[in-house]
Amino acid sequence: MEKLQCQCGHVNPPGTKLCESCGRSLTEKEQNSKLVDMRYEGTARRSQTYNKSIIDKVWNFFSSVKVGVGIIVFLLVAAAIGTILPQKAFVPANTEATIKDYYADTYGVVGQIYHALGFHDLYSSFWFIILVGMLAISLIIASLDRFVPLYKSLKNQRVLRHPSFMGKQRIYAEGPGAEDTLKKAEEKLTELKYKVRTDKNGLLAEKGRFSRWGPYVNHIGLIIFLFGVMLRMMPGFYIDESLWIREGETRAIPEVPGYYLENKNFELENYSGEGGEEIFGEALDRVGTVAKNYQTDIVLYKKKEDALPGAVDGQEVVKEYPIRVNQPLKFDGYAIYQMDFRLDELKAMTFSFINKETEDSFGELTIDLIDPKKDYELDNGYSVKLIGYYPDFSGFENGEPQTATPLPNNPGFLVKLFTPETPEGETSFITIQNTVEPLGENDYKLAFQSVETRDVSGLTVRKDSTLPILGLGGLIFMIGVAQGMYFNHRRFWIQQKTDGTILLAGHTNKNWFGLKKDLNQVVEYASLPAYTDQQDEIDKQEKAEKEGEVLS
Amino acid sequence: MDEKGKQKKNSKKRKRAVMRTTILAILIAAIGYTIYNSATAEDVTVLKVGDKAPNFALVDLEGNDHKLSDYEGQGVFLNFWGTWCKPCAKEMPAMDRQYEVFSNEGVQVLAVNIAQSDFEVQSFADQYGLSFPVVIDKTKSVMTAYNIRPLPTTVLVNPEGNIQRIITGEMTEQDIEGFMEEIKPD
Repeated sequence: MEKLQCQCGHVNPPGTKLCESCGRSLTEKEQNSKLVDMRYEGTARRSQTYNKSIIDKVWNFFSSVKVGVGIIVFLLVAAAIGTILPQKAFVPANTEATIKDYYADTYGVVGQIYHALGFHDLYSSFWFIILVGMLAISLIIASLDRFVPLYKSLKNQRVLRHPSFMGKQRIYAEGPGAEDTLKKAEEKLTELKYKVRTDKNGLLAEKGRFSRWGPYVNHIGLIIFLFGVMLRMMPGFYIDESLWIREGETRAIPEVPGYYLENKNFELENYSGEGGEEIFGEALDRVGTVAKNYQTDIVLYKKKEDALPGAVDGQEVVKEYPIRVNQPLKFDGYAIYQMDFRLDELKAMTFSFINKETEDSFGELTIDLIDPKKDYELDNGYSVKLIGYYPDFSGFENGEPQTATPLPNNPGFLVKLFTPETPEGETSFITIQNTVEPLGENDYKLAFQSVETRDVSGLTVRKDSTLPILGLGGLIFMIGVAQGMYFNHRRFWIQQKTDGTILLAGHTNKNWFGLKKDLNQVVEYASLPAYTDQQDEIDKQEKAEKEGEVLS
Repeated sequence: MDEKGKQKKNSKKRKRAVMRTTILAILIAAIGYTIYNSATAEDVTVLKVGDKAPNFALVDLEGNDHKLSDYEGQGVFLNFWGTWCKPCAKEMPAMDRQYEVFSNEGVQVLAVNIAQSDFEVQSFADQYGLSFPVVIDKTKSVMTAYNIRPLPTTVLVNPEGNIQRIITGEMTEQDIEGFMEEIKPD
């Protein structure tokens, strides 16, 4: 494309619509239209004009607002599809393979496709990230390409514009003026807080130019926001881990190096509907039990500076705190929330040592399921020796008892019972409600008496270092919106020809009513000729034409 | 257009090309990095081959302290296991046999049990007649530090104290022999 030389002699970059210097229309379309298009001040969007290398082509692609809007539409549609089936975090499967099967089994072919395309984990799927990234690129490039020429154009604007430019502004007036008209207009406009520049026989009054930067400020906010979202995927910025901890246990906190948590006690309190809570009685009758409080009393330990993981004595108490719903434990940028619980996991079992025939008891013993001992001595030479412990007994394999997990869900004990009569001992294998005597009939047995239980608390460890960045992005976004929406860029051009005729043109990026209100004051004070709103004229004319068509 | 004007135009063009290439490159790199991070987020690899193996201190069944740093200059065969884990139990005898061979050549085996009771671990060790030290990670802190997920997981630490290899799942005796050979000091 060629550079455009205006009649005034100024050379404009290719693609310019209005001469940068005098404001004459440079394209045929502009010349024929009744009003000029003042978007971007008639400057050439930069990339429209060069299209040579691949880089230029890519750049131009992203510079287009249409492309930007297209990307947004794609994102919206993808996000909408992502809500049709549950995301992978909410399906009852943990590993990649089982998740895949779950979608296939539950939703059939649709589920398979859904999973294959990555909709099951939308925000982490590579194409979604690419789309968001493309949106970011589009925002940056489209803004740069528009902001830079607009900024230059507004910075270098001339006071005197060609009459053809002025004549094509929406607010326009032409008529006789007095000798002091310009001077008085300048006075009044200055009073109205306009910045007024004069040149020979003309003046340019301008107010609120920063309103034009609103969209770009807004885009900067969005970019910062997207940057924050990107950081969330980096290790260390965002943590969301769960931690199951049993009463009495001390555990290292996942993803929080050097800290330990001890669960002293878990409590679940329900509304009783009695005493002061009678008022809830009706509701409780209707829905059953309602939880009043979930609480884990914890002790937070911090590893001493030089202590190693695993060392028992190397920790100091940081604080004791009751974690309750919405009252997380906060420390060092981390927060630990009460999320879940399991009540009454087995903790200890008490047995009575009895003679099978007479049912005489020779004492009781309690086996701690978490930390069982080897020997249990009773009075009068009776004793029990624990030979094998299988916390989650799952059957025999090659005659060997097996445990499925380390949790005492279904404890099994291989024990030897000693009495003064049977000093060699009798072997017996005990599980809940069942006793097996693998080496022949015994005279004695352990009879189950009672259990002790403990609760398990489900906690969530959270950290989000990106929140301040997201907040900043949001704030800048809003500043940009306010800047563009609640402030207007208003300009007046006034010229006085040698014969005393006044030419007046006015422009604003929005709120023409406000512009006219300002202008009315100036017109009155400086006796300027009456102005017309040419857009109104055009609208009226079009309306009349339409009505004419209807009538004919 | 005169020479000077042309030159000016060319330098402007070059500047523009450099500028655009730079901006695009940065943005595309950012997207690439984000995708990479999201793809690897699943297996939060806090520990990688070549990293310094985190030091720890655990107590074995005899009450002896075992610090990883004590074994610098030796290869350490760090095996994380539990009594309920069948593949763990399966590879134990093979590990024990290879330990007999390599312990004289500067390879140490440490079997780290995940937070089980002394009784369970002791009876397991007795049953299999394990000769290498078995330590118990009562607070799961070593497990957390090493980011151990499935059991068994074996971490090979070379004589320099760096992670040589991370193996998840059961190993055959041949594997074990090869791995011990790998971390044997020269």
